[in-house]
Amino acid sequence: MYKVIERRMIVPNLHEFTVQAPAVAESIKPGNFIIVRPDQYGERIPLSVADWDRDAGTVTTIFMQVGGSTAMLARLKPGDAIPTFVGPLGKETAIDTFGTVLCVGGCYGIGSIYPIARALKQAGNKVYTLLEARSSFLLYWEDKLAKVSDQVLVITRDGTKGRKGHIDKIPEIMQRAGITPDLVIVNGCTFQMMRVSMVTKPLAWKTIVNMNPIMIDGTGMCGVCRLSVGGKTKFACVDGPDFDGHEIDWEEFLSRRKSYNPEEVDPLRRSSCRSHF
Amino acid sequence: MADEKPEKKKLDLSRRAMPKQNPWERIKNFDEVALGYLTRTAVEEASRCLQCKKPLCNQGCPVGIDIGGFIKCIVDGDYASAIRKIKETNALPAICGRVCPQEEQCEKTCVLAKKEAPIAIGRLERFLADWEAAEGKIEVPPMAPKTGKKVAIVGAGPAGVTVANDLIILGHDVTIFEALHECGGVLIYGIPEFRLPKAIVNREVEYVKSLGVKIYTDFVVGKTKTVDRLLEEFDAIFVGSGAGLPWFMEIPGENLNGVYSANEYLTRVNLMKGFRFPEFKTPVKRPCRVAVVGGGNVAMDSARTAVRLGADEVHLVYRRSKAELPARAEEVENAEEEGVILDILTLPVRLIGDENRWVREIECLKMELGEPDASGRRKPIPIEGSNFRVAFDAVVMAIGNSPNPLIPMTTPGLEISKKGGIVTNPETARSSRPNIWAGGDIVRGAATVISAMGDGKIAAASMHKYLMNQE
Ligand SMILES: Cc1cc2nc3c(=O)[nH]c(=O)nc-3n(C[C@H](O)[C@H](O)[C@H](O)COP(=O)(O)OP(=O)(O)OC[C@H]3O[C@@H](n4cnc5c(N)ncnc54)[C@H](O)[C@@H]3O)c2cc1C
Ligand SMILES: Cc1cc2nc3c(=O)[nH]c(=O)nc-3n(C[C@H](O)[C@H](O)[C@H](O)COP(=O)(O)OP(=O)(O)OC[C@H]3O[C@@H](n4cnc5c(N)ncnc54)[C@H](O)[C@@H]3O)c2cc1C
Ligand code: SF4
Ligand code: SF4
Ligand code: FES
Repeated sequence: MYKVIERRMIVPNLHEFTVQAPAVAESIKPGNFIIVRPDQYGERIPLSVADWDRDAGTVTTIFMQVGGSTAMLARLKPGDAIPTFVGPLGKETAIDTFGTVLCVGGCYGIGSIYPIARALKQAGNKVYTLLEARSSFLLYWEDKLAKVSDQVLVITRDGTKGRKGHIDKIPEIMQRAGITPDLVIVNGCTFQMMRVSMVTKPLAWKTIVNMNPIMIDGTGMCGVCRLSVGGKTKFACVDGPDFDGHEIDWEEFLSRRKSYNPEEVDPLRRSSCRSHF
Repeated sequence: MADEKPEKKKLDLSRRAMPKQNPWERIKNFDEVALGYLTRTAVEEASRCLQCKKPLCNQGCPVGIDIGGFIKCIVDGDYASAIRKIKETNALPAICGRVCPQEEQCEKTCVLAKKEAPIAIGRLERFLADWEAAEGKIEVPPMAPKTGKKVAIVGAGPAGVTVANDLIILGHDVTIFEALHECGGVLIYGIPEFRLPKAIVNREVEYVKSLGVKIYTDFVVGKTKTVDRLLEEFDAIFVGSGAGLPWFMEIPGENLNGVYSANEYLTRVNLMKGFRFPEFKTPVKRPCRVAVVGGGNVAMDSARTAVRLGADEVHLVYRRSKAELPARAEEVENAEEEGVILDILTLPVRLIGDENRWVREIECLKMELGEPDASGRRKPIPIEGSNFRVAFDAVVMAIGNSPNPLIPMTTPGLEISKKGGIVTNPETARSSRPNIWAGGDIVRGAATVISAMGDGKIAAASMHKYLMNQE
């Protein structure tokens, strides 16, 4: 069992979640994820790592409450225990001296982009961090990110902070600031990663996205996490989760990710076969 | 009256049948299909054994169980001695008795195989293991004094559990690291409940735990800690990480929704207990028309699982003929009894989806058999222009698995075969690195439970020698 150190809602629907898992903390690198099971009946769900403390042996993730499993996580209190917390899984984000890097975070990705920005900064890059949210009250960790970035930029859909508008505005914002990134790294919801990839493709800004398909084991055993990258099938949990956003078959990805929505929405649903109720 | 005698005699000589759940009942539940011998039938079956002076049966068993010996004990009614005899060489009789391909192993070499029917060795083994469990007093073998040597084992499948069992008895300190949240490997996530109840696997795992083996689940060696990192704490390592990399056919449409690897399909149902969704939270689809591609045990298990999840029609799509099906004959029979339809000499070439990217049809080619190939089976050759399409709303790919690449990828200096397995010396199960041993599917590719255990035995013996000669 793994002890919950902290679980609190930091902005509406997003929770900061810290668990005692020394062996996991010891080996984590930016871009890794863990798999958690909220209880003995629970699903195995993947969450990206957002921070860790090797000395204290703790790992922090940020999760959004979307369905059953995350709702169970959202009810945990410090001191509670969960049966599974396994990782670090996936390949780490490639950190190198690229020059100027734009780190884009949205939703839970504001958390998971943090260790990536930190590592890039340490590697001697010029790091610009761009956060996107529907409204200013959904932003968090801005101070943490400011410490590891040369500049933090913000886009909100309603204009309550930073630039008003959509993530599509990235090229415009960057061009106005006179910045041409050598690399763009995006963490967050699928839609955001897709949109960023689409607007950076014509500009030939290399764009790395941290993919989040449905997973079970996270060790390459089941193949449910497969996606097409450059026409080839890859398993996100072992070949990724980082991939070149310009190479991904997004339409296929979005449809695979939704494939269990009917069951998640209506758990009593069976099927349409004549032999079923 | 006159003709009753010979008939009775014939009955005495023939192999005792094992009762099974009726097909029309069992397709509605996940309970075990085969029900096991009653004491009386077990003794009758055991009495058929000739107690050969030079028995051939032993030679067919990869771990060399004293088969004649344990059968003799059954005849004498001394079940405790019988099970003790088996456990001298096989720590997992309840499992082997159920899933060993006996017709290819011990029962194939039994002298009676050529005359009458071979002794039902597997069923007797199962009977004894179940008897012992029902008695509730599982015997603990004598344990050697502690040696102070520490051994780490990667993977809690049959190979790893066997090594753990043997080495703890020899006095070593043993720790298993398992990636999943439950132990048993394929026995837990792959082979379904109706063929191997999970309670039995758990019982065997609890047994090795009771001997003092430490087990860490949720620990992915190579990720959580590398093999080399573990070697800082342990004197020797055994890798039994299995063949957990599913193959796909690499045909168009394989990433459509509704297309699953057998591993995914079976894991959802077995490990995650998706058949009890929503009580257990991992969903599993319940499609109407399911095609399972392949012909081995994995394909049979997938097809029979689909039947139990309520499909109207389940087809097994196999490119050779029925005679070449690699699955156990007993399982093919069970599958057919449960209504699985065999589409033999059929090769899928393309999967066709609807506008929402759900699979709707398979395009296949008809095949014919040519000359025998490297595997000794007749090679299937596509008949040109024979393309046809069939409607399905789910496709399960059960065409094979490769060795899990995680340990090879994260352990420098390990010699790896072309097929991705760890190369070992077959006499010692030792790898190219002196303090690392390996066995089971990570070495052989997808093989059998008993061969994984056989490797485990060889490795444990060799590891023991190494550990004891170390100063
Ligand atoms: C590598 C990776 C990293 C991720 N990191 C984070 C993170 O840091 N924070 C965060 O909030 N979310 C993250 N996710 C997504 C998160 O796993 C899902 O939101 C979660 O599984 C939903 O579970 P649920 O039961 O609450 O919702 P459900 O009702 O089960 O599902 C809601 C939606 O989530 C997706 N989903 C369902 N099951 C899974 C599954 N087992 N794996 C992946 N997606 C699934 C599907 O699109 C589904 O429609 C990550 C996913 C991946 C693959
Ligand atoms: C559906 C199905 C049906 C089968 N039916 C039969 C049958 O009827 N009869 C028969 O004899 N054989 C059968 N087999 C084959 C048999 O199950 C395998 O040959 C056998 O389980 C191999 O044992 P193993 O110990 O080598 O590996 P596995 O059983 O695969 O166990 C490996 C274990 O290692 C763990 N692991 C992997 N990587 C790591 C890591 N990096 N760190 C920690 N842990 C790790 C895995 O999670 C797993 O638990 C079947 C296989 C399948 C898939
Ligand atoms: S372990 Fe398997 S091969 Fe050996 S005697 Fe038992 S059933 Fe036969
Ligand atoms: S070969 Fe057959 S008959 Fe002879 S001892 Fe073995 S099981 Fe009995
Ligand atoms: S999650 Fe199972 S293979 Fe990636």
